[in-house]
Amino acid sequence: MSNETPSQTVGPYFAIGLTPQIFARRPIATSAICGPDTPGEQIRLAGQVLDGAGQPVEDAMIEVWQADADGRYAHPADQRPGSLRDPTFRGFGRAGTNATGDFCFDTVKPGAVPGPGNTLQAPHLNVIVFSRGMLTHAFTRVYFDDEATANETDPVLSLVDQARRGTLIARRKNSPTGTTYRFDIHLQGKSETVFLDP
Amino acid sequence: MEREGKEISPRDWKSHPPYVHLPYTSTALRGPKRPLVLTPQTLSELTGPVYGHSDLDPLDGDLTRNAAVNGEPLGERIIVEGRVLDEYGRPVPNTLLEVWQANAAGRYIHKRDQHHAPIDPNFHGAGRCVTDENGRYRFISIKPGPYPWRNHHNAWRPSHIHFSLFGPSLLTRLVTQMFFPGDPLLPFDPIYNSVPDETARKRLISEFSLDITEPEEATGYRFDIYLRGRKSTPKET
Repeated sequence: MSNETPSQTVGPYFAIGLTPQIFARRPIATSAICGPDTPGEQIRLAGQVLDGAGQPVEDAMIEVWQADADGRYAHPADQRPGSLRDPTFRGFGRAGTNATGDFCFDTVKPGAVPGPGNTLQAPHLNVIVFSRGMLTHAFTRVYFDDEATANETDPVLSLVDQARRGTLIARRKNSPTGTTYRFDIHLQGKSETVFLDP
Repeated sequence: MEREGKEISPRDWKSHPPYVHLPYTSTALRGPKRPLVLTPQTLSELTGPVYGHSDLDPLDGDLTRNAAVNGEPLGERIIVEGRVLDEYGRPVPNTLLEVWQANAAGRYIHKRDQHHAPIDPNFHGAGRCVTDENGRYRFISIKPGPYPWRNHHNAWRPSHIHFSLFGPSLLTRLVTQMFFPGDPLLPFDPIYNSVPDETARKRLISEFSLDITEPEEATGYRFDIYLRGRKSTPKET
């Protein structure tokens, strides 16, 4: 038995309420997940959302939930002793895609976090995808291509068919202005991103 | 087993729309088609963004005042009140709700809304609030108008308010829409009708309430929202 309230699409006008900075109104979260002084490696996550015809999705919204560089979540259920090194770090970001379907987040690379039993999960970002034309949000995860060893034993990644695992792995690129990880989201098609049902 | 008490029930796919529902045409190329990969609930999913009363501005919950420039917005003033509960009926306290909607004429302030109905200079159409310790929330607003869209010939969205909720973890995230009782457009709306189970679908319709209605002030609607919940409580020993 369940009484869950059904999901409905965010529609094309979610920016009015969810990313209202474009209307000069205060948002609760932006694409800046960390501050300039947050400890850890500062990175950018950049990508494009594409539909089943390979066309950019110009009205998607991406949310990111992540641990800090020490692998800690800013949430009471993370009950390990000690506290966050940056008390202002919330670990949450939200961004709408632009006319070319692109989004980006500025953050710190997360540390490894505990998995089921005594396992350790590879560093990852938890991502929720919303869009006009999506009646229910979709969960996915971003892993990092320079964490190959940790990725190999990750308890979630190992549940994903080897052939599709690459859709969850962001590709690192260093440039004079900083490190960017590239992560495109394919809602459908040959390279459909793996979506999760936790 | 410590995990048992923390585990959240799986998403009930009878209550939620499928990703592809062809009467809503933009799902055809945007809804994922491959089966979802079932994954364990780890610390990453059993945690989630935390927002509370300190994140709100005083007028956030009053859409009739939070964007007023030189007067009051036009339209039928309403109060929307309800509780956020988990699927087993336990209240969800201190959780953020975000809402957005069209104005009384059925026009969104968004630049992509080109419906030739008037913008209301005193209405932005968005608000936030946080539930109290009993899971209760309350907004003041204007009843949104229906509006045309190009999904099919002569397509009109019934009046609705968009709701976004976090709940206690990533797993309880929900974005939904609240409809109004007796709306004649509901039977024709492919978004509302994308919910496969009729009982579940009706949970999207608010209920008129004379108790919430305030004399000489505003009509009241009750809309309770049910999020995923914990299967069982931890053993109390």
